[in-house]
Amino acid sequence: MSSDCSRRAFLGAAASSAALSVAPASSAAAAESNPAPAASARVPRVVSLRVNGQPHSLALDTRTTLLDALREHLGLTGAKKGCDHGQCGACTVHVDGRRVLSCLTLAAMAEGRQVATIEGLAGGQGRLHPMQQAFIDCDGFQCGYCTPGQIMSAVALVQEGRVESDGQIREFMSGNLCRCAAYPNIVAAINQAKTEMGRA
Amino acid sequence: MRPFVYQRPEDITAVAAIFAGTRQNAGPPSAAAAQFIAGGTTILDLMKLDVMQPETLIDISRLDGLSEIEERPDGLRLGALARMDDVARHPSVTRRYPVIAESLDAAASPQLRNMATLGGNVLQRTRCTYFRDTSWSACNKRAPGSGCAAMDGFNRAHAVLGVSSRCIATYPGDLGQALIALDAVVETRRQGAGRTIPFAALHRQPGERPDLETTLEPDEMIVGFFVPAGAWTRRSHYVKIRDRESYEFALASAAIALDMPAGGPVRQARIALGGLATTPWRAREAEAVLTGKPLTPELAEEAGDVALRDARGRKHNAFKIALGRQTVARALLETAAMEA
Repeated sequence: MSSDCSRRAFLGAAASSAALSVAPASSAAAAESNPAPAASARVPRVVSLRVNGQPHSLALDTRTTLLDALREHLGLTGAKKGCDHGQCGACTVHVDGRRVLSCLTLAAMAEGRQVATIEGLAGGQGRLHPMQQAFIDCDGFQCGYCTPGQIMSAVALVQEGRVESDGQIREFMSGNLCRCAAYPNIVAAINQAKTEMGRA
Repeated sequence: MRPFVYQRPEDITAVAAIFAGTRQNAGPPSAAAAQFIAGGTTILDLMKLDVMQPETLIDISRLDGLSEIEERPDGLRLGALARMDDVARHPSVTRRYPVIAESLDAAASPQLRNMATLGGNVLQRTRCTYFRDTSWSACNKRAPGSGCAAMDGFNRAHAVLGVSSRCIATYPGDLGQALIALDAVVETRRQGAGRTIPFAALHRQPGERPDLETTLEPDEMIVGFFVPAGAWTRRSHYVKIRDRESYEFALASAAIALDMPAGGPVRQARIALGGLATTPWRAREAEAVLTGKPLTPELAEEAGDVALRDARGRKHNAFKIALGRQTVARALLETAAMEA
């Protein structure tokens, strides 16, 4: 398969064409398009989201979760849909700097908040975030499905200061399941990255 | 998930008008056409399962002034919209009301604790698998009068205290045990007027109407909690026993608060049980056993026996009676050994 017809490129293109139907990307327009009480649950709501520093305006069914908005409407497929019930942590993103589950957050509830996903984590010039590099160095994954959620959770864990012992890391990473059971290597990766992040 | 209208009032005074504009249906508050959403961790889960079917969600998460954590001379005031993790990490809570911090830290996952609010947490609905799976037609909580599939079904996680012939579902929360042990008060608001309810009167026993879970009106919103100060709050502790060490619901838990000098006799004890009962459960008779006596291992076991005296096991959950006794005894001894 050539790189320009990869699954990721296909998903990205599909999301871009879906985005053609949405309202103009301006928060003023968004505010005007949401007059007082919506008459019907079938009327899409214009939702302004700020994801990895970029503003987006989407016309969404009110049922759309933040996870589905990211994946299906913005083409940001890093956050994964594992259980879709807040039990596995694969959908973990940061909202206003805190790790949360995007599958149990309505997109409308994230309006005006700062959303950060795995796609926004790496620095410029292809330089990975220390936590991403540590997961590679320590073999912190096998199939990789839970990895974006693990890494977003782990970055927040370090910022929360809950990395004083392996036991504390395990306890405060318990919201991220890994069915390949890469847990010992994930703990090692976090121990490596916490030092790097402390220097940054 | 069924379609719904999403409303997000900016001001608490707007809530009543929004609620009044929604369809007013008969039935229990949990089935009202309009529901409040704050953290969303319970209601969105139950909407995806089609257990809850609101037509309107009123997002109260951005209302001002409901997130405060304030320690006062007479007690601790906790805003209903304070997030679980913020309360669990607050120095006033960890130092002088440790049972509250410990019960929160033992609940859910870090992500969920960043999302869920205290008001929503105490209203968390049961994890009974028959309640959550709508392919089971018999659930008196979900469909009043339909029966109870859990009573003679797989009921290992179910309650041994407070059970009626209609419902055996366990109250799933942890914070509720700390709040009932500390005699907390719930502050609510409805149609512009406030009232207070003892925390112990917030949840209803299932009795004949397991669908009626609380004493709140459909449009009544919890705005905060007040936990009175007392000599017992510092020496307080939460022990939670579960199938795995983290991120799991309790099979048995105990919230303990003791007023006692180190090594001396117990002046006053408070004991609440979780994972065992249909609601947050205060074990007052077991508390009385301890009054005026030194807390020996024998006395702790006696209190555990008394706390579970009225428990009734069914096919898969009878082990919880012995587990509950030991949980109470262990929690009492650990609390007595605290440096407070």
